Amino acid sequence: MKLVNAEERRNYSNVWVLAELVGGKELQPVSCELLGAASGLARDRNCEVWAVALGCDLSAAIDTLAACGADKVIAVEDARLNAFNDELECNVLERLVRKYRPEIFLGAATNRGRALIPRLASRLYAGLTADCTGLSIDPENGDLLQTRPAFGGNIMATIRSGGFRPQMATVRPKVMKAPDPDEHRKAEVIRESVDDGDTAHIKQIIETVIRQETSVNLSDARIIVSGGRAMKGPEGFRLLEAFANRLGGAVGASRAAVDNGWIAYPHQVGQTGRTVQADIYIACGISGQIQHLIGMQSCKTIIAIDTDDTTPMMQLADIAIKGDLFEVIPEIMKQLDTEHVSCINPL
Amino acid sequence: MKIVVCIKQVPATNDASIDPQTKRIVREGTKAIMNPFDLYAVEEAVSIRERVGGEVIALSMGPESAKNVLVEALSMGADRAVLLCDRAFGGSDTWATSYALARAIDSIGGVDLVICGKQAVDGDTAQVGAGIAAKLDMLQAANVMKVESIGADAITVKRMNERGWDVVRLRYPALLTVLKDINFPRIPRLRDARAARKADIPLWKPADIGADLDRIGLKSSPTQVVKTAPPPARDNVTYRIEGSPGEVAHAFVRELLDRGLLQEVRSE
Repeated sequence: MKLVNAEERRNYSNVWVLAELVGGKELQPVSCELLGAASGLARDRNCEVWAVALGCDLSAAIDTLAACGADKVIAVEDARLNAFNDELECNVLERLVRKYRPEIFLGAATNRGRALIPRLASRLYAGLTADCTGLSIDPENGDLLQTRPAFGGNIMATIRSGGFRPQMATVRPKVMKAPDPDEHRKAEVIRESVDDGDTAHIKQIIETVIRQETSVNLSDARIIVSGGRAMKGPEGFRLLEAFANRLGGAVGASRAAVDNGWIAYPHQVGQTGRTVQADIYIACGISGQIQHLIGMQSCKTIIAIDTDDTTPMMQLADIAIKGDLFEVIPEIMKQLDTEHVSCINPL
Repeated sequence: MKIVVCIKQVPATNDASIDPQTKRIVREGTKAIMNPFDLYAVEEAVSIRERVGGEVIALSMGPESAKNVLVEALSMGADRAVLLCDRAFGGSDTWATSYALARAIDSIGGVDLVICGKQAVDGDTAQVGAGIAAKLDMLQAANVMKVESIGADAITVKRMNERGWDVVRLRYPALLTVLKDINFPRIPRLRDARAARKADIPLWKPADIGADLDRIGLKSSPTQVVKTAPPPARDNVTYRIEGSPGEVAHAFVRELLDRGLLQEVRSE
């Protein structure tokens, strides 16, 4: 809502986090990451952190939300919230926002969040910043400062929506740090329900398919072996698969490799793919355009293999290996066998 | 079936600059193309019309030069095109942009289906599609990977989620944002491209779409860019390894051992 005066601004308080649930009950780790960010903002604003959970079975989720920093949880439990229905969730959230007036509203920049939250922001006439990598409070006026990569990541833009409330932002999974859960922490639970009006004009969900185990789970991988343009074709990625298997890691790719059809989109790392925070990221023949770097630069140890040692990736890496990856990688695999070593098991 | 496809002109490369005053993108002087995701939206709109009949209207907002991407949409088979073009639209964020596009769709009238690309590659926000749907109270499906069936009163589509997919049925009017998986955009025939260049593309102003001037442009946009800065640098020293493949592999494995990144495993 557009604010007309400073008085109105004071009607909005608290930082909200929209919980991300799969199947209406399975809380996703990104929600805890968002609560971590929200706690910092709430400290600066001297207000509370509220989580909002929409689902069909929230008992487990509520405990986790409390443990990760929620002071209050608005729980909307309804059998119809078992699958993601943009219109239904938007209608419920619009009512809740108008009723409780949060100052800040954070959500996950997942497929669900990126469909639902713009719809909600549009309804509310609120400012929304997508894919924030940094959130802070302006010490001068208390507004939310939202930093995000713009222009394919060539610049970082700081955005505010000072004259509007709530101030809304999405954050991608793995960008913020989740707090250590405190099992003893309890939250006050506010029960809200789905109204008849909320379901008047919504889509019909015919079928939902949730894959139990995704074959590509880059976001959780501790070790990623990633290939770019220099892999030359799909055969190159077979070498990387063998290397990743030897190390117990997953295979990633640059946008160039995906756009060339050498490997499927779920493997893409970067601004338009996944953001990853692996312990070890091995970039093979990836020059390191900024869009790619944004998706992986918070990995702990970055290793680059390339024939050209002037590329941004070779400059950025912790360990830069100059050489032909088609010769070097088989040698490394041989050497790992000779030394009887492998990467440290993260568990 | 009356279909509107929303397209955006974006800089061809990422080397465009930022206006230090407005902090907005300077579009003048950089080569511009149709947002790559929008090619799939145009293809889908045209192929749906080819199956069930009707009309495809390509819609964009931008400077007069944005006519070029509309010409491209026409050459791919869109029936007509409209460009929202006025200083008053300038500097609109995603809220104000979706408001203007929604007003235009409402002015076109009788629209059953709106199709957008997944997101624009310059902003990467994916907010305009859902913003249009919200303002027109249309049902929406984002990240559509397949159109399953087109009925008389509803469309059934498959959309991608983090952990799988949904099949959803939307009554018209509905809005879809589509993924690259959905189709293979056609290459326009030379004859069609030539004809498209001659097409008359009307420029619509705020008054033509009944837009409230307090809802468009920089001043009415809820988000304001306050600062831009280069991306943060990583603070480290690069350890460089060179030599023959064998030497390199040996040095690399030793270095990983020294850093504690490797451990001994029992060979079988």
